[in-house]
Amino acid sequence: MASKTKPIIALAGNPNSGKSSLFNQLTGLRQKIGNFPGVTVDKKSGTFRLDAATEATVVDLPGVYSLYPQSLDERVVIDILANPAHEDYPEVVVVVVDASNLKRNLLLFTEIADLGLPVVLALNMLDVAQNMQLQVNATKLAMQTGVPVVRINARTGEGLELLRQAVRQVLEKPVLSQKVYFDPAHHVPELIAEVKQKCDLANNNLALHYLHQHGIFSFISTEKRVVLDELIEKHGFDLPDFQAEETINRYQKIDGIVKATVTAPAVVQAPVWTKRLDQILLHPLWGYTVFLLVLLVIFQAVFLLAQYPMDVIDGGVAALTDWLKATLPPSALTNLLTDGLLAGIGGVVIFIPQIAFLFLLISILEESGYMARVMVIMDRLMRKFGLNGRSVVPLISGVACAVPAMMSARSISNYKERLITILVTPLMSCAARLPIFTILIALVMPPTPVVGFINWQGITLLGLYALGLASALLSAWALKGFIKTEDKGYFIMEMPTYKWPRWYHVGISIWESVKAFVLEAGKIIVAISIILWVLASYGPGDSMERAEQNLRQTQPALTGQAFDNAVAAQKLENSYAGRFGKFIEPAIAPLGYDWKIGIALLTSFAAREVFVGTISTIYSIGSDAGEENSTIKKRLKAEVNAKTGKPVYSTATAFSLLIFYVFAMMCMSTLATAYRETHGWKWPAVQFFYMTGLAYLLAFLTYQGLK
Amino acid sequence: MPTAATKTIADLKTGERAIIRSFRDVSLSLKLLEMGCLPGTEIVLNFKAPFGDPIGIEMGGYCLSMRKAEAATILVV
Repeated sequence: MASKTKPIIALAGNPNSGKSSLFNQLTGLRQKIGNFPGVTVDKKSGTFRLDAATEATVVDLPGVYSLYPQSLDERVVIDILANPAHEDYPEVVVVVVDASNLKRNLLLFTEIADLGLPVVLALNMLDVAQNMQLQVNATKLAMQTGVPVVRINARTGEGLELLRQAVRQVLEKPVLSQKVYFDPAHHVPELIAEVKQKCDLANNNLALHYLHQHGIFSFISTEKRVVLDELIEKHGFDLPDFQAEETINRYQKIDGIVKATVTAPAVVQAPVWTKRLDQILLHPLWGYTVFLLVLLVIFQAVFLLAQYPMDVIDGGVAALTDWLKATLPPSALTNLLTDGLLAGIGGVVIFIPQIAFLFLLISILEESGYMARVMVIMDRLMRKFGLNGRSVVPLISGVACAVPAMMSARSISNYKERLITILVTPLMSCAARLPIFTILIALVMPPTPVVGFINWQGITLLGLYALGLASALLSAWALKGFIKTEDKGYFIMEMPTYKWPRWYHVGISIWESVKAFVLEAGKIIVAISIILWVLASYGPGDSMERAEQNLRQTQPALTGQAFDNAVAAQKLENSYAGRFGKFIEPAIAPLGYDWKIGIALLTSFAAREVFVGTISTIYSIGSDAGEENSTIKKRLKAEVNAKTGKPVYSTATAFSLLIFYVFAMMCMSTLATAYRETHGWKWPAVQFFYMTGLAYLLAFLTYQGLK
Repeated sequence: MPTAATKTIADLKTGERAIIRSFRDVSLSLKLLEMGCLPGTEIVLNFKAPFGDPIGIEMGGYCLSMRKAEAATILVV
């Protein structure tokens, strides 16, 4: 085992306790997202400076109500805290508690403290408590619990300095609270003694967790599991019964602490504003109306607002390309730089505004507490399709990118509902499809306003998203019958109060998603762009030279500009890429595609947005080198079928392509994520074949119908 | 009409108050206990989602939402 270079601080707390805000405040942009070893649960960690000489690693544990897990995410917490050999085993646990709901938040604290871990209590949301006329006395809480208590405001960053000091002191001199909130040895002394002896443990509560959770611990041997099962059998130990008794006992102790530290009015009520807003946002009519409007605003914002920065980027890349071509000597290297590398980078950067806008809006929905209401009003509908109210988050996030969306399905504790959510999420139209949609829609739909600022292009786009949603739901419904499961899915969840979004948090969320896009998808896009440039610029043997000679002989009348154009087109047709596209042309001709689209279809398997990059690379190479750089849209409009003389991008072909991309599983990152999330190739394979099959069939019907 | 012995949270009307008595489902009860749904706690039915399911209950200043079927495992007086 590698020795720890930095002390580890774990952040633990209930969902909605402000734990993630505190994590952002402590680590800022010095955070990274990885995996907890052995499991596919996201691990957010970052560095935090304790003093001039010491840095600590902060690990953000999944939000839980207790150490008894219900979902895969939640298992991580006890798996780390019960295993001192774990690489993330903390030197200090900072338990974040919501002061407006101290009683329930302290349950987790008592469980962690009873494991014998050094704890610092971070008392958060005192402002919310104050609004509810609750006075929480931090000094008394420290006396009652015997651990350092720090008043913080995770939203504003107040109290961070005191938290830093408290953590440093505990690191220097770990003081363990002598107080035990629940001692299982008082209830089942012989059993606990035997577990401690057999498993070589010192802590009674740790022994109790061994009894309850050895089945899910990643770190104990099968022999020990058998021994523990035998002990449970021998003593007739009733696990659920004892767990209920433990929880009730803990709450009795906590009641005493709360009585001594909190001054409350006779009736404690949730904030009035939250209640008033809920009356509207959960209303049978207004609730759905508002939700639909929210969705429409998101689409229009991504479509219209993002356009301005995108135009600037587009113009900038074109100007830079022209400048480089004019400045550098004409050579293969210059072409590689401009038409290969720069075109690829431009194709990545251009989508940053859309992704940023989308994550801005999604994280505002999350931050404000509205997302929880969406889950409530959508649960009944989602359940009909074999999904969970919680599936709304993965599905909506799927509008940005299926990869994080499928990962966010982990919060669904029911395996079947989670698996179905993973399988259908890629049908939601992701941000990578948006560039394809945008260009093709702009090509065939007029920007005529219909109502206010909503135009036909926006409505077509909304239609495609709706089609994605409908197909996701229908597929879920169809899958419901095929997947067998035995465990039940609970929906019980805390409704957060409405809050103003924390802009810092929103900013980090945007930054993280853009970073992930640029680093993960971006490098694939740039690489594919360069490979494509090579494939499109070179052909097997001397076929490229022969193409030029051929043309000279067959079309002697052509001269100057027209000749150069024809040569470029001939060369592309004879390149590796052209041969590739031609090879698959018979299979895609019934969908209305030619070999150039064929090339783009194949390369877009790396990432859908590569489609646009490929198309632009192919046409910019096939075009006249002296001509000014024009936008992809103009180029596509001008593209004429050599045989028929009609535009290649007719309405039928454009819609056939749109439909194809709504359904096709054209993304290897998504498949890789499905493999990781379902632990095997079975489900990704199912996913690939049903989606691509649907795409081919429906694109065929669309083209034949519209032709 | 539910009798006093079988009345659950699922039978409450919006705004109606009740006190949690006990639970019918063992594994669900463990989750509910953790979240502070303890026998003896006073709750009020805060909202019903469109079409009456899921529902939201308020207790001690916070609100929990759950499905009607889950609420039907919590006996109240």
